Amino acid sequence: MELNITSYCTIKNKIIFVNGKELSVPKQDVASYFFADAYKHLEINYPKFHKMDNLSKLGIIATEAALKGSDFLQRNSPESVAIILSNKASSLDTDRNYQNSINSKDNYLPSPATFVYTLPNIVIGEIAIKHKITGENAFFVSDGFDPQLLVNQAQISLNQPGTKAAICGWVDYDNGMADALIYLVEKASDSIKNINFNPLNETILTQFYK
Amino acid sequence: MDALIEKLKGQIIEQLNLAEVKPADINPDAPLFGDGLGLDSIDALELIVLLEKHYGIKIQNPADGKKIFESVRTMAQFIKDQGKS
Repeated sequence: MELNITSYCTIKNKIIFVNGKELSVPKQDVASYFFADAYKHLEINYPKFHKMDNLSKLGIIATEAALKGSDFLQRNSPESVAIILSNKASSLDTDRNYQNSINSKDNYLPSPATFVYTLPNIVIGEIAIKHKITGENAFFVSDGFDPQLLVNQAQISLNQPGTKAAICGWVDYDNGMADALIYLVEKASDSIKNINFNPLNETILTQFYK
Repeated sequence: MDALIEKLKGQIIEQLNLAEVKPADINPDAPLFGDGLGLDSIDALELIVLLEKHYGIKIQNPADGKKIFESVRTMAQFIKDQGKS
């Protein structure tokens, strides 16, 4: 089965690249400012974004950037789109925040809104909710960016009847460091023959992730 | 009461991370859930935390929540009734 990447976004050192081209989002060292600027630049208009933890914000920003200007969601119905993501830090950044809110007996005020983000796969849920995507999904935690794992999982998922496309990639956030590669995978078909795409393989993913 | 309502609006915006909402945007009589601010169940829990954190009020009976959190005004009235304003 031939699978293709029809759009991708990388975020490194708080700089956003879409299909290899840098977006003109002001450089920000502080993650919250970076996410706020990226949100405005991409004209996302989704108030729930501001309630999300940093991992979910990173996933939403990278996904929206990859989708912007793409007809991916017009070509593929929400129930036919899978989401497969991975990272290294899991939800550790938010786990620490939550831990800090319950450390002191005298100031024991756990935040339910923080607690709900203490799982890494919540970022998948946020992307799925925003676009009403109901296909299968999986989140993997690994020691580092693993192109083989990501290619294999996309192939397994897209071999399932009913799955036509997938939003895949790496979304890692810890201690203010944001690192992401989100790419849109589609099966070879006439509907994508007129757009620029790359074959999905380990070499391409390694090249995109650099 | 008006001063408490204004203070409460700011606290709700901060507690719920309503980054795109200004105090003036909140109608004190509009429903907090559903059509009003469009809050969800997690926000409801955050409002309970807000009452405890800022006013030292613990809601003893969860069933009272629906009435207390109907609007900013009902929240303010509840705080006032508890003698915590």
